[in-house]
Amino acid sequence: MQEIGIAHFLIVSSLLFSFGLYGVVTRKNAIMVLMGLELILNAANINFITFAKFNGNVGFGQVAALFVIVLAAAESAIALAIVLNIYKNFNQVNVDEIDKLRD
Amino acid sequence: MNELSFIQAALVVLFLPLLGFTVTILYGKRFKWLYLFEVAIITIALGISIYMLFIRLAYFADAPPFQKEFLWINLGIVPLLGKVTVELGIMIDNITVLMLFVVCLISALVHYFSIEYMKGDKRYSRYFAYLGIFTFSMLGIVFTHNLLMMYIFWELVGLSSYLLIGFWYEKKSASDASKKAFITNRIGDLGMLAGILLIFSTYHTFTFEAIFAQIKAGQMPLNSGFWLTATGILLFCGAIGKSAQFPLHVWLPDAMEGPTPVSALIHAATMVAAGVYLTVRIFPMLTGDALLFIAIIGALSAFIPATIALTQTDIKKILAYSTISQLGYMIMALGVGAYSFGFFHLITHAFFKAGLFLGSGSVIYAMHHEQDIRQMGGLRKKLPITYAAFVIYSLAISGIPLTSGFLSKDGILASAYAFGGLTGYKIFAITGFLVALLTAFYMFRLIFVTFHGEPRNQHKYDHAHESPALMTVPLIILAVLSIFAFYTANPLDAGKGWTLSSWIKTPPSVVPASLRYEFMNEKQPEVAEVSKSHNETEPVAENVEAKKNEQIIHSEEYTHALHSAHYPAMGLSLLVAILGIFTAYLFYIKKVVNLDAFVEKIKPLYNFSLNKWYFDEFYNSVFVGFVMLLSKILNWFDANIVDGIVNASASVTRTVSTFSNAIDKYIVDGLVNFLAILTGMFGIFLRKLQTGKVQTYLVMVIFSIIVLIFIFI
Repeated sequence: MQEIGIAHFLIVSSLLFSFGLYGVVTRKNAIMVLMGLELILNAANINFITFAKFNGNVGFGQVAALFVIVLAAAESAIALAIVLNIYKNFNQVNVDEIDKLRD
Repeated sequence: MNELSFIQAALVVLFLPLLGFTVTILYGKRFKWLYLFEVAIITIALGISIYMLFIRLAYFADAPPFQKEFLWINLGIVPLLGKVTVELGIMIDNITVLMLFVVCLISALVHYFSIEYMKGDKRYSRYFAYLGIFTFSMLGIVFTHNLLMMYIFWELVGLSSYLLIGFWYEKKSASDASKKAFITNRIGDLGMLAGILLIFSTYHTFTFEAIFAQIKAGQMPLNSGFWLTATGILLFCGAIGKSAQFPLHVWLPDAMEGPTPVSALIHAATMVAAGVYLTVRIFPMLTGDALLFIAIIGALSAFIPATIALTQTDIKKILAYSTISQLGYMIMALGVGAYSFGFFHLITHAFFKAGLFLGSGSVIYAMHHEQDIRQMGGLRKKLPITYAAFVIYSLAISGIPLTSGFLSKDGILASAYAFGGLTGYKIFAITGFLVALLTAFYMFRLIFVTFHGEPRNQHKYDHAHESPALMTVPLIILAVLSIFAFYTANPLDAGKGWTLSSWIKTPPSVVPASLRYEFMNEKQPEVAEVSKSHNETEPVAENVEAKKNEQIIHSEEYTHALHSAHYPAMGLSLLVAILGIFTAYLFYIKKVVNLDAFVEKIKPLYNFSLNKWYFDEFYNSVFVGFVMLLSKILNWFDANIVDGIVNASASVTRTVSTFSNAIDKYIVDGLVNFLAILTGMFGIFLRKLQTGKVQTYLVMVIFSIIVLIFIFI
């Protein structure tokens, strides 16, 4: 059995980033898009932790991860408020239909 | 009264009628009584003119002319001419004050006469305004001391004459007559203008005195005596037009379309005499040849209209032809060197001819605007005052002793007679006596047909009545002025009367002796010889100088000839006058010959006279026809050549513009449109990218980042 190394972590985070990006790009529901965003952020967190552990400088990477978690919480709060406003204005949250910027 | 106050008075008299004109023409329509302002002004002018007449003739009769001039235009130094200035000015001598008095008096009388005569006319005040501007212009001619001012006022009287002839412009004949008068006058004025320009280009001045002084000094237009003669004749052309002399006399009879008082003022007494006045003014510079030309014109103008007047039936036309004939007398008198008698006849004629016209106006007024003498007859009983005055005028014009006309006419005839004896041109004397005969005949024909016999139109006769005092008083004044006593104490000889001997003096001629009539020079064999040897300047100047000092104008020979001509001429003129009157008496009162049969016998001659020698027809067919033909040719030229050029250039321009339009449309616009289409297509392509969907943008961003990563790493 092979020892778990840095590559495994990076593969996991890459998969997570890809799934998140896929969700952001393909989902029609705005909530689902936000969930995709959360996935991307968490993939970044995994990257931070991984590089901190394998680089020997544990403290800085963990602080950055914690910072991103806090940021993600604030971001999702604001984003949900935006989604609510969108719903108020368009009576729906389907991002495909909301293309007013084009005109 | 000194020289300065004379000038001031002259300026006042000159500008008063202009003031009257301005006020009356501007406000006459609103204030109906304003015509009285004009009448009052002319009365004031008359008063001043009488005062000036008396003072000048009583105290200054031998004084040199009073002159005052001021600079009008200063042209500075003109190339080829040198320093050029144009002066206007006033000159007052005996001739001026006499003429001034005549103009003011007749103008005033005509104003008074018109108050009654024109009553009820719809342009009443305008009529008086026109009389005002006429008087102003005429006085300008009288006062002027230079040719330019003369010319300006000359045209102004032409204008006022035009306005007054065409006063009743609703009548086609009146408006035609005014145009005819104006255009015919222009022809003469063209010659006058040429003469003035010739003088100005030679002497650089318009002033009579300066011109005469330079001629006397031997300077001549183009340095030749021929051109001096030509200048004189050209200036005289103005007189031919204005005084209605042959061949430009055709306008005056037609001018009778104007109101009758106007005919009295303008076309009998004053304006037509302006031509004579001009000739009087330029008399010193006229050469012998020019004078001969003038005498010929005068004789023709005296004779032709006199024959025409024999058969006319319109009372005013008869008087008009008689006016031309009498003006011809004056011109002829000047031509034969009888300066003083010519001007004297102007004065006497002005009074009795104005009287004749006003008298005819009175008759016309009484007959309710009937002018045909065949409709009149027997008016003697209805119009006693008019009749009496008319007879006095007719006696004067016929030259019966005790009248003014006898004095002047006899003087002219004697001068012509003496002239014939001295130079051999007897034709002038013969014409003069013949015209005197004709004049007496046609004037008394007019009287006998109009005032004697049985009324021919009973209806009009019954309604005829004597004119009111405003019309008869001017007639009486003019009749009184036709009596000899105002001019001389001796009713048979004007030569020693105060008018001639002390007031009208023949000015010394300024032209070189070789160019004068021979009898005007003293017989001096030396001078004659010297002039033959072509070295004449010095002796001639001396000769002229000598003459001036002695105040001798005519030679002994001439004085003697005139003296010896006096009694034969007087007898002969008296004889022909009485013969004329007697013939008229036999024809129209006694009716010793049957008139119709007599006319039948001399039908061609009668028709010739009745149709005015076919002058109008001749001018119509030759000059008017020529002008019409010329205008047709010019019209064709205009329509085909000038318009052709214009049209050709238009079509060339059209072709060019069509071509240019095509270039514009297909090439320039094509490029622009192509660019626009290109941009449009590009835009259509680009707008596809902008979907407005956030996810699409995101994909693009990611794709771009991937591409950038591949590029930079």
